[in-house]
Amino acid sequence: MPLHERQVPDLKIKISVNDRAFDVEISAGETLLDLLRRLGFKSVKHGCDTGNCGACTVLLDGRPVASCLILAPQVDGSTILTVEGLAICGKQLHPVQEAFIETGAPQCGFCTPGMIMTAVSLLSENPDPTRDEIRHGIAGNICRCSGYVKVVDAIESAAKKLCDRDAGHDE
Amino acid sequence: MTNKADLRVVSRRLPKVDAGAIVKGAPHYTLDMVPAGALYAKVLRSPHAHARIKSIECDRAMDVPGVMLVLTHEDVPRVPFTTAGQNFPEPSPYDTVMLDNKVRLVGDRVAVVVATDELTAERGCKLLEVDYEVLPVVMDARDAIREGAPIIHDETDSQGIHDAGSNLAARVEVEVGDVEKGFSQADQVFEHTYSVHYVQHVTMEPHVCFSYLDSSNRLVIVTATQVPFHVRRIVARVNQVPISRIRVIKPRIGGGFGGKQEIILEDLCAHLTLRTGKPVVMELKRDEEFYCGRTRHPQYVTFKTGLTRDGTIIANEMRVMANTGAYGSHGLTVPSNTGSKSLPLYKSPNLRYVADVAYTNLPVAGAMRGYGAPQGYFGLESHMDEIAHSLGMDPLEFRRKNLVKQGDTDPIAAKLGEGKEGFERTIRTCGLDECIELASRAVPGSGDTPSGIPYDRKKRAVGFAVCMHGTGIPGDDMAGATIKVNEDGSFNLLIGATDLGTGSDTVLAQMAAEVLGVGLEDIIVYSSDTDSTPFDVGAYGSSTTYVSGTAVVQAAEKVRERLKEVALELMGDDAGDMGFDHGFFVSSSGRRIHVKEAALKSFYGEDKQQIAESASFMTVDCPPPFCACFVEVEIDLDTGRVRVIDIASAVDLGRAINPTLAEGQIVGSVAMGIGYALSEEMTFSDSGKMLNASLMDYKVPASVDLPDIKAFLVETDEPSGPFGVKSVGEICVDNVAPAIANAIYNATGVRLRQLPFTPERVLNALKEAGV
Ligand code: FES
Ligand code: FES
Repeated sequence: MPLHERQVPDLKIKISVNDRAFDVEISAGETLLDLLRRLGFKSVKHGCDTGNCGACTVLLDGRPVASCLILAPQVDGSTILTVEGLAICGKQLHPVQEAFIETGAPQCGFCTPGMIMTAVSLLSENPDPTRDEIRHGIAGNICRCSGYVKVVDAIESAAKKLCDRDAGHDE
Repeated sequence: MTNKADLRVVSRRLPKVDAGAIVKGAPHYTLDMVPAGALYAKVLRSPHAHARIKSIECDRAMDVPGVMLVLTHEDVPRVPFTTAGQNFPEPSPYDTVMLDNKVRLVGDRVAVVVATDELTAERGCKLLEVDYEVLPVVMDARDAIREGAPIIHDETDSQGIHDAGSNLAARVEVEVGDVEKGFSQADQVFEHTYSVHYVQHVTMEPHVCFSYLDSSNRLVIVTATQVPFHVRRIVARVNQVPISRIRVIKPRIGGGFGGKQEIILEDLCAHLTLRTGKPVVMELKRDEEFYCGRTRHPQYVTFKTGLTRDGTIIANEMRVMANTGAYGSHGLTVPSNTGSKSLPLYKSPNLRYVADVAYTNLPVAGAMRGYGAPQGYFGLESHMDEIAHSLGMDPLEFRRKNLVKQGDTDPIAAKLGEGKEGFERTIRTCGLDECIELASRAVPGSGDTPSGIPYDRKKRAVGFAVCMHGTGIPGDDMAGATIKVNEDGSFNLLIGATDLGTGSDTVLAQMAAEVLGVGLEDIIVYSSDTDSTPFDVGAYGSSTTYVSGTAVVQAAEKVRERLKEVALELMGDDAGDMGFDHGFFVSSSGRRIHVKEAALKSFYGEDKQQIAESASFMTVDCPPPFCACFVEVEIDLDTGRVRVIDIASAVDLGRAINPTLAEGQIVGSVAMGIGYALSEEMTFSDSGKMLNASLMDYKVPASVDLPDIKAFLVETDEPSGPFGVKSVGEICVDNVAPAIANAIYNATGVRLRQLPFTPERVLNALKEAGV
């Protein structure tokens, strides 16, 4: 019997999603993607379910992952961030979100939540990336609509925003 | 009205009306909204490309706890239809039924299992026992029409197939003048054949829909579609329920590109809700998307061109052999469009277009961005380049000599319409010269020894191609718009038009705001709900900005007139000749009343009323946008790998209502064109099974595969379009592949006539040519 069909009763994990604690029952074969959607975080998208499109990207303990490739039992005790939790205090948009709006990066928007999460992680590691570095950073996030130019524009502009914001904090 | 300096909302780079919700990850796509407790329907799909179903044993599946219903071809109504979401009566053959006793491609529907959840439905599918009589398979269009080929549509109840006994789904033949005479008078005649392959839209959101019965027992279908009104009509017919009982809602959708101009799930999903009385959800997984979604028609395209000594074209013939796959969805109209979009680009007194469209046992072709034109243009623009080089002429000079110009008429348009006769067309605006100028300057080329490393055998060169497209389908496309005034001077804009992510909700709202003299934030857009928005054919044919836009402008003008009456009333006698200045009604004495004030008074003044107006527009025109694409490529002579170094696409789109969104359409189209030319290819086993049905193996361009694609907007102010628009959504995908082919030729002297230019194919061609 395939793993995902095996009935494992009472499998429970604790996770934090967007600063909310969850104590949830899961099935052994459930992916993190399915779990997050089940918990109401619908920004996490089914694009391929094989780790090839990036539409399901979330930050798992701060690192971007394809949530379709991770099984729920693996994330017990972890902290997860999805795009729903990115806005500061749930209100003020994150600079990456702002930049995506301003540059017109999203078209259909289906790739956008995953793309934004990858961008957030990229900018935390490399606050001043070149366009080339941005392109490499988002290489795992497929966007069929945009041809990526405005996405790269958005991330470039977000880098500047973040840099300005941090400079502001230092004063 | 089209004086650009005067515009406040139109022509502005405003954020999309849905951008905020998108970046916050709002649950606004179909799968995000499925009601709790919905049943999950899973289709058992055929492992064979061609087989008759002898029997299906359902008992073991029915015994699985949680399986609610199993249906086979014996259990559902047999109503032949086409999955193509087109105007009624659809020009595509009615060759499909909900479930059949024969399968015609790998992935065809065999049976459906409805269960409480996805896993249970999958288990049910696995327990169905199907006895197939496997039939011989045919995979190439040329083989399919040969004597003795297996007959794919041998059923007796299909309608509209051109010649089922010869596997011919459709045939097109038109002639202007007399090409044979033209060839006999020509000083030289050139003939080349090109072939284009199977690719797919690969929308990031796969097909998905759910349906339920509302409290009045009406059937509600929420679906990721480009054509909600066609879905309603086709589902009604197939399920034999009145249209009035069905409501179709399109939420935000994750891309379309033509792939969602199809009824791939809704007929069956609706049926299952009608059968069970319960909400039911259906979706295609990514691999199913490849097996049984839609694709771009593979074609063999042959051009034969006769010229006088000085390089003037006097006869041009185009012959197409298209593969429509197992069903004829868009089977007549896409190949028609291959000719009607490309042949008119070069003037000739004698033109002939012939297309044969064959069934095969491969995935179903259908509508895909460009709708046949990319196939035609790969042929045409490669062929024109070849002729120029053979004549020793500069390829640009040769084209300029023969290109259609402003004021010319397009004789093909009158003969070749949407599966029938078309409409006369005169080219009133053509900015192709400027497009060529802009795109060529943007891609100057960087010399042919890029690295300077002696053992690094790479070559670079620039190539180009031009094209024209259409704007809407004349005589077919019709759109409605309704605008309703609110007390605070905001307006509800209700449109049937279908935003696929293209931004049509935004540009249509911009147009309404401009006419009404208010800001974009004052327009509340609600679109694509068959109960509460007016009819619109849907999002296809590069029509929305032009056709739906005209309806919106007309509705807004009517509303403005009504508000003007309110303002007149308010001003009393001194109104005189009332003008309108960006939201203000202005009397001859200079008194000003804002639209918002008039709006409030319309509800609470003396004469209380709800001002709301509708308009609808049908086009009989199809003004062509024009586009030039210049590209620099680098070919690795040792590996055959082709890389796009630099690329620019400049489009005469009439007018950009929102330049940012227009650029997005251009860049996205070019990216799709690069994928078509270099990396995307559905490949098949000898038995017709797709070998690369995953995003791992089917290579959609990623960010690192593309340069910064450059987009240029050329505005020519088309007199027939609202605010001067033509179209921009499809055209830029048409000429990318030939531009790349021409650049490869310029770099290596090798002419590639078969797409895509994968390293293997390029390397073989280079070897053969001794490069
Ligand atoms: S859905 Fe996870 S990578 Fe595509
Ligand atoms: S915006 Fe549609 S896939 Fe990226």
